[in-house]
Amino acid sequence: MKQLLSIKNLFVNVEDKEILKGLNFEVNAGETHVIMGPNGAGKSSLMNAIFGNPKYQKTNGQIVFNDVDITNAKPDEIAKLGVFMSFQNPVSVEGISVFNFIKTAKSKLTNSPINYFDLKDEIDKYVLQLDMREELSKRDLNVGFSGGEKKKAEILQMLCLNPKLAILDETDSGLDVDAIKVVSKGVEMFKNDQNAVLIITHSSRILEHLKVDKVHILLNGKIVKTGDASLVDFVEKNGYAGFEGEN
Amino acid sequence: MDRKNKDFSGASKNDLDFLQDNQNFYDFKNADDYEYKIKKGLSKEIVEEISKRKNEPDWLLQIRLKALETYFKLDLPQWGPDLSELDMDNISTYVKPKTESKSSWEDVPEDIKNTFTKLGIPKAEHQYLAGVGAQYDSEVVYHSIKEDMLKRGVIYTDIDTAVKEYPELVKEYFSKCVPLSEHKFISLHYAVFSGGSFVYVPKGVKLEMPLQSYFRLNSPESGQFEHTLIIVDEGASLHFIEGCSAPKYSKVNLHAGCVELFVKDNAEMKFSTIENWSKNMLNLNTKKAIVGNNAKLDWVSGSFGSKISMLYPMSILQGDNSSTEYVGISFAGSGQNLDTGFKVLHIGKNTTSNVVSKSISKSGGVATYRSIVNILPSAINAKCSVNCDGLMLDSISKSDTIPVNKIACNDITFSHEAKVGKISEEAIYYLMTRGLTEQDAKAVIVRGFASPISKSFPLEYAVEMNRLIDLELEEAKND
Repeated sequence: MKQLLSIKNLFVNVEDKEILKGLNFEVNAGETHVIMGPNGAGKSSLMNAIFGNPKYQKTNGQIVFNDVDITNAKPDEIAKLGVFMSFQNPVSVEGISVFNFIKTAKSKLTNSPINYFDLKDEIDKYVLQLDMREELSKRDLNVGFSGGEKKKAEILQMLCLNPKLAILDETDSGLDVDAIKVVSKGVEMFKNDQNAVLIITHSSRILEHLKVDKVHILLNGKIVKTGDASLVDFVEKNGYAGFEGEN
Repeated sequence: MDRKNKDFSGASKNDLDFLQDNQNFYDFKNADDYEYKIKKGLSKEIVEEISKRKNEPDWLLQIRLKALETYFKLDLPQWGPDLSELDMDNISTYVKPKTESKSSWEDVPEDIKNTFTKLGIPKAEHQYLAGVGAQYDSEVVYHSIKEDMLKRGVIYTDIDTAVKEYPELVKEYFSKCVPLSEHKFISLHYAVFSGGSFVYVPKGVKLEMPLQSYFRLNSPESGQFEHTLIIVDEGASLHFIEGCSAPKYSKVNLHAGCVELFVKDNAEMKFSTIENWSKNMLNLNTKKAIVGNNAKLDWVSGSFGSKISMLYPMSILQGDNSSTEYVGISFAGSGQNLDTGFKVLHIGKNTTSNVVSKSISKSGGVATYRSIVNILPSAINAKCSVNCDGLMLDSISKSDTIPVNKIACNDITFSHEAKVGKISEEAIYYLMTRGLTEQDAKAVIVRGFASPISKSFPLEYAVEMNRLIDLELEEAKND
């Protein structure tokens, strides 16, 4: 299977503190991966590091996406290669509607103008499937959205922008039943054998409705264990303490 | 690539290289070709010469001379931007273009006509304006109003013509809203004023389409001192749009215009300005309105250009139940100091004022919101709400708010909110993860920040405003 993402020996500092300490893993097309770990293990650092957030300094290692070295690429360059990230708490931007934002992003990503009516049909379809309020796409991006509405807007963007790899930050949504439904539904609609999903979470709840290929346990800045979906059950029963020795 | 010390605010020049079209749209100049350019400086002889060339009545000359006297007596403002670089000995206060005022573009000389064509004026006139005035340097070169407006008794002409054709009307209102001695630069204005528009909308006449006057200063080392006098009579309504621009020169140019608005009982008026003076311009403009019973006046203001601006439109809410709104945006780039804001005087009962002000600063620019809210004891049940936001695009730029509130009445409602902050790096990052470049991301954020203001402009002008924002953002490349 085609390898999409490969991370080798990644070291990342945030404000001169080492957060990721030699991290390795790979994601192939057609797969759904989960990274689990307790708070403070480095989950959000990993996502931000993949996406070239300048606050996360890479001191060693390499990230390759679809045969392109993106270790030092900028977020927009990474997005153009086909990587998407759903934010747990996306910022609000006044003055641009969800619809217009998706239109702008899509035209930047594809480097071509977007037909208004085609996009409208596409968005209307997803809005229905995700059980979103119709007017949401006309409202300013995330402005005054509830947590659930933000989640739906992120998933809507993922579906419209149709990346090769979608990274979903679900660090906080472990207990929110509606959020879980939206994410699993979105992933189900999105997933095919050409693309991949990487879900980052600390709770197993989100995974109940998803078919997961690989689970990675992130502890103290390293992947300490990789296994199949059964690892989720193990975490459910034993927590992360059982992996301490593997570090 | 070393990213360690790089943050989003410190965009490198390479980041912005993709922007091909960095030519400032407004920066094109014609030869300094005039019929008459008065010698530089300021003196009684110069003022008399301007008046004589205009063949003015004596009462107007006396106003000019009195204003000149006041100008010499008054000091420069002791607050705000430093104006010491202004040397009136290097400014020519009157430049007459090689044409009289025409009512058909065909009759306007080619180079001047081309200037206004490039600025989109004839097209806008054709599509959505009820009338257009165009001033080039010190004189109006074109004035025209649609036939049906004339039939309804609307007067829209240049001020020189108004002095001759409607002397009583002009005399009744001229300098009655903005007095000669209010500050040094208004005295200067009255001494050498030339050009500007005169509008009279008769009782009960409501104009569906706006009137627009455009002021273009082409001549280097000169000043523009247009006087706009507008009377919206009882129960009438008008939207007046003002545009200004100039090509850039190495030496200082001066703009000290004056706008006087009389909004009578039950009348409504909106006064919109989009200003993009070149960055060698000192823009020391004065605008004031007197608002009658149950009348409404809205200011919409976009300040983009100039080296220094000092501009604080004022509403005098004289009538009971009168209201005013000020919606303004300023964008200060490298080397610019834009000191703008709003003044309101509540006199009548149940008067209302609303302020929404936004300022953006970038590349070391300084944007200040300065305001005075004055609520007199007579203004029972007055309401005033002020909301101002400053957005700094980097750490070398400045944004400030300096409000003064004088409230002498107990029975009122007043709120003031001010926020000043740097552009959110988190927001830039979020937008970039969706494929927008850093520059695109900033443009989306800045346009969004400005959207409450751009929504107040007619669509065509909102588009122009967004273009001005993009131009300002692009100019980082040339700084």
